[in-house]
Amino acid sequence: MKSVVANYMISRKWLLLALVILLILLPFVLSDFRVNLLGRYLAFAILVIGLDLLWGYMGVLSLGHGIFFGLGAYIMGIHLKMEASSGGLPDFMMWSGMTELPWFWTVLQHPVIAILAGIIVPMIIAVILGFFTFRNRIQDVYFTILTQALVMVTVTLLISRQDVTGGTNGLTGFSTIFGFSLSDPATQRVIYYVTLGCLVIILLICSRLINSLFGKALIAIRDGENRLRFSGYDTSMFKVLVFTISAGIAGLAGMLFVMQVGIISPTQIGIIPSIEMILWVAIGGRGTLIGPVIGAILTNSAKTFFSESYPDIWLYFLGAVFVIVVIFLPGGLMSLGKKLKRRNSNEKGQTNSKADYSAS
Amino acid sequence: MEAILIQAFNGLSLGSILLLIALGLAITFGLMKVINMAHGELIMIGAYTTYVMQTIFTQYMPAGLFDLYFILAIPCAFIVAALVGMLLEYTVIRHLYGRPLDSLLATFGVGLILQQTARSIFGAPNVGIVSPSFLEGGMNVFGMTVPVTRIFIIGLVVVCLLILAFYLYKTNSGRRTRAVMQNREMASCVGISTRRVDITTFAIGAGIAGVAGAILTLIGPIGPAIGTYYIVDAFMVVVVGGVGMLVGTVVSAFGVGVMNTLFEYWTDASMGKVLIFVLIVLFLQWRPSGLFSLRTRSLD
Repeated sequence: MKSVVANYMISRKWLLLALVILLILLPFVLSDFRVNLLGRYLAFAILVIGLDLLWGYMGVLSLGHGIFFGLGAYIMGIHLKMEASSGGLPDFMMWSGMTELPWFWTVLQHPVIAILAGIIVPMIIAVILGFFTFRNRIQDVYFTILTQALVMVTVTLLISRQDVTGGTNGLTGFSTIFGFSLSDPATQRVIYYVTLGCLVIILLICSRLINSLFGKALIAIRDGENRLRFSGYDTSMFKVLVFTISAGIAGLAGMLFVMQVGIISPTQIGIIPSIEMILWVAIGGRGTLIGPVIGAILTNSAKTFFSESYPDIWLYFLGAVFVIVVIFLPGGLMSLGKKLKRRNSNEKGQTNSKADYSAS
Repeated sequence: MEAILIQAFNGLSLGSILLLIALGLAITFGLMKVINMAHGELIMIGAYTTYVMQTIFTQYMPAGLFDLYFILAIPCAFIVAALVGMLLEYTVIRHLYGRPLDSLLATFGVGLILQQTARSIFGAPNVGIVSPSFLEGGMNVFGMTVPVTRIFIIGLVVVCLLILAFYLYKTNSGRRTRAVMQNREMASCVGISTRRVDITTFAIGAGIAGVAGAILTLIGPIGPAIGTYYIVDAFMVVVVGGVGMLVGTVVSAFGVGVMNTLFEYWTDASMGKVLIFVLIVLFLQWRPSGLFSLRTRSLD
């Protein structure tokens, strides 16, 4: 039994190593445009790690990660916009008749403050919402619905405050980042490697976290929260903490995303994108960390491919994948190999004692 | 004062629409622990059924009978949406009983497919519907003039609610539904076919959503994504009202509807939404499982 687990860990480690090497080498063979696309997918991959911590390991589903992602992206967007207008009033504010910069625009002019804020502001929102929902044991399902309402509320707010947020158009028209030109392929390449670096670091931190006692507690919350509570653990605080961590990770991902895409608008962070992020986790395999990363990259590549050639079919395909993955493959792609192996061994008449992944 | 009264009245009519939508959600969640994100698309199906009825009447029927289309559209919307709901239950949802989060994701996928199907059939732009002539104009109620459509909507919702209450509390199959809702194992032990209860109840919830869709055509143009505007609000109604009791959903639907309109009147549309959200989170501090809920002593 022990050797099975050890084998499993080793194979996952090799998978990670192979993935990282592949991602380091890919920019040398792909065109600048494709590298930029791949960089975006990596930003999404960072986001899904946090989501996997929350949903895959702890069993709490958040449909509000688009907002945390968006907050990071908007904060970085504001900073880039300020760089582009070199401290003056950005163009869209002049169109809507503003004469003075709002205070948070002035504050975000400083790059260090902007980077810190992009991570901390989502965390603050998550702490507040998490504290008020987990504290008195509101059902997890209600929490999920509340996060979705949070998305709706924030998006409405962003659209209606056109004078300070750019409204439906969002923020765009950036020129430089910390003094380097954004349109320069070399800068983009550096951002790509920075994103890859962040991805690897966060992946390593989170896998350390999961293998510690803390990680065991998360899994215990998923499988039997009341039992853990009766053993004297404050499960609500665990939930608040993990929700906050994953919100911070989402904020970081948002910042890296906006640097590579050059635009952030409410449609990119609304209800549908937020729920799509969940799909990436589900496709890759929840509760595996590396699975969701692969899921995010694969699904987004497929999305680009399909939307380039058959935009209409993409939504049918997306919908069908939702249904198929949830019903037939709750363990995602990562469980595919195991499933096939088990089928073979069952045919040979052997019993497999390894516990199946229990679906929430 | 009069302005506030008119706003409150608008709130009542918004609340009654939310009620129709939330009823189906609350019943399915209470009965099978399934969250149906495709509920919004059942609304859309009801709305497009009304549109199709209108098209049939303008093309094939004498002009004098045109007003009748809406009367016929309501039962049709119910039936079409209920049939689609049955199909949905049979193909997807029955695999997902007791797994609320998974069912949420799978039904969201179904919703995407239905939306895209509507887009392929009816086109992406919104379509408008001509209200029947007997619903035009205003009416004097307590000294203020309110549009007849709003009164009609409230009346129709009350009728639907009464029929549903009669079904749930006075008929045999309604009793069976409530029994399964309270304790599924025990109900099946005493010989209730839970499968049949599930599929009937789901179809009824879907049908009510279809009626809500038919009503929405009176308020504005309809498009493939019409359900998404209402579904989140309807979920909030379920959260506030609690599951398993009709009265909780009724109170919370009217509460959310009236507050929504009043807040939007006092501040603006987006701040109103923020205030409602904050209020609901605060409310849940006081009653974590909603206004009314079935009491149970079981924990896990």
